Amino acid sequence: MTKKRPRYYLYHILVGGFAILLLYPVIWLFVSSFKESGDIFITAGSLIPNPFTLLNYAQGWEGFGGYGFGTFIKNTLVFVIWMLLGHLISCSLIAYGFARLKFVGRGFWFMIMLVTLMLPYEVVMIPQYIIFSELGWLNSLKPLVVPAFFGHPFFIFLLVQFIRTIPRELDEAATIDGANTFQIFYKVILPLIVPALATTAIFTFYWTWDNLLGPVLYLNSPEKYTVSMALNMFLSNETVSNWGAMFAMSIVTLVPVFVIFFIFQRYVVEGISTTGLKG
Amino acid sequence: MSSRLRSNLWGYLFIGPFIIGFLAFTIVPMLASLYFSFTEYGLFDAPKWIGFENYIKMFTEDPRYINSLKVTIIYVFAGVPLRLAFALLVAMLLNVGSRAVGWYRTLYYLPSLIGGSVAVAIMWRNIFGDDGIVNLALKSMGIDSIRWFGEPTAALWMLIFLSIWQFGSSMLIFLAGLKSIPASFYEAASVDGANFFQKFFRITLPMLSPVLLFNIIMQTISAFMTFVPAFIISKGTGGPLDGTLLYSLYLFKQGFEYFNMGYASAMAWVMLLIVAILTGIIFLTSKYWVHYESEGK
Repeated sequence: MTKKRPRYYLYHILVGGFAILLLYPVIWLFVSSFKESGDIFITAGSLIPNPFTLLNYAQGWEGFGGYGFGTFIKNTLVFVIWMLLGHLISCSLIAYGFARLKFVGRGFWFMIMLVTLMLPYEVVMIPQYIIFSELGWLNSLKPLVVPAFFGHPFFIFLLVQFIRTIPRELDEAATIDGANTFQIFYKVILPLIVPALATTAIFTFYWTWDNLLGPVLYLNSPEKYTVSMALNMFLSNETVSNWGAMFAMSIVTLVPVFVIFFIFQRYVVEGISTTGLKG
Repeated sequence: MSSRLRSNLWGYLFIGPFIIGFLAFTIVPMLASLYFSFTEYGLFDAPKWIGFENYIKMFTEDPRYINSLKVTIIYVFAGVPLRLAFALLVAMLLNVGSRAVGWYRTLYYLPSLIGGSVAVAIMWRNIFGDDGIVNLALKSMGIDSIRWFGEPTAALWMLIFLSIWQFGSSMLIFLAGLKSIPASFYEAASVDGANFFQKFFRITLPMLSPVLLFNIIMQTISAFMTFVPAFIISKGTGGPLDGTLLYSLYLFKQGFEYFNMGYASAMAWVMLLIVAILTGIIFLTSKYWVHYESEGK
């Protein structure tokens, strides 16, 4: 033990120091959001806001175009909730079908699903836009959330893998008790796949919360903007360049991401380690 | 109803949403996009068939396209290997039996967690801005400040650097892979007098190769499709001098800024082709370097 000590400390100094270096930009952003807007770049090297101010948060929260930042957060939450409903319902049904039911063409459709995993969104982006525009769905959440009700290959795959680890004897026992296929799904499988559903929910939250391309394509009136779009607008309205307000609102959009991560860390890490979710 | 028919019915009932969604949101749009790619289509008037003109124009008359292809190739071929090497290095550092590792794992993953957000792109732009902290640090060391986003090559490397910074998810996958390598392999090698590099190249790398293959494919595809950081950092322009005009960004601009829907569709198909070829090459070469354990555990 006495011999190990120096190496032990060296390891933690190295690995810990590197972690701080990596996170420095985020810490800097956080600290800067409490500096007076004019000071941010003058005292960029200092990590202590002096004077400390909350003015950036107040100004940022006022938003732009007469819409407060609260509106953008509310819009994003509505978007997230629809996506969650869509993915959780559709992916669990589809995954159960692939993992447990025998039907002609199962292998074929499963392969199709895996291939769509690798399909660049750009290939379907333009016709999808045209279809949704013909349907009169532009400037609404529909083009973004309706497809979510038809499954997402990543999550279907994740859930299929998870269901395969559940012993089939449970299904058989339920069959003997007179349950039909849907009842087995609902009463036996669904409660057992809650951890994988949690992973699905968390990643759906992250991807939706961060999504920029979708909202930029489909939403065009400021009262419908999501937080990503709002930040992007702040940036393009840069003539006034209120960096402080932009930094403050950047932090506001990051807080939910961090909070959810720290609460559900286990599901996030497992989800990535087993399936490689998230680029 | 026979039980076979019934089980087919149940099967299609459950995966039905996938099939409908696949037809409506993937196959039909793909066929439409293929058709548009052979037309001149400005969204406001009907598509006009022009054969291969879009494809020819891309490679012969559109220097911005060639440039976006070049920029993207640099982005992918520099960014992905560096990011993976970095991820593997950190994963190996963290593959020790210390209780603190859980914490480090979390801290190292954080940049990737927030990496896709607009907030981070904004932050990145400011840190490397003309009066950002990096230049401030350089100044304090007596080095002239650098216009990181003022010059095309430097700006592109800033994007690559941002992508390397988000090495967390690859690291977690590598870490899971490293944990599954039996310690006895290393012990046996030590007994035989193997040094660190021999162990790395003879045990670690071959055992990790399936995970590496997976990482390379997924990362290459997603790097090829990178949009948000280039869009935010260049404020949608792809500048300076198209230095950060990544493929996806140029496609987006052609489609939704200049309304050349036909041309953008052709770009999308070339992208699909490139991604398919890249994936194919990686798969084909993989049999020479990916090691699968033939006799399970």
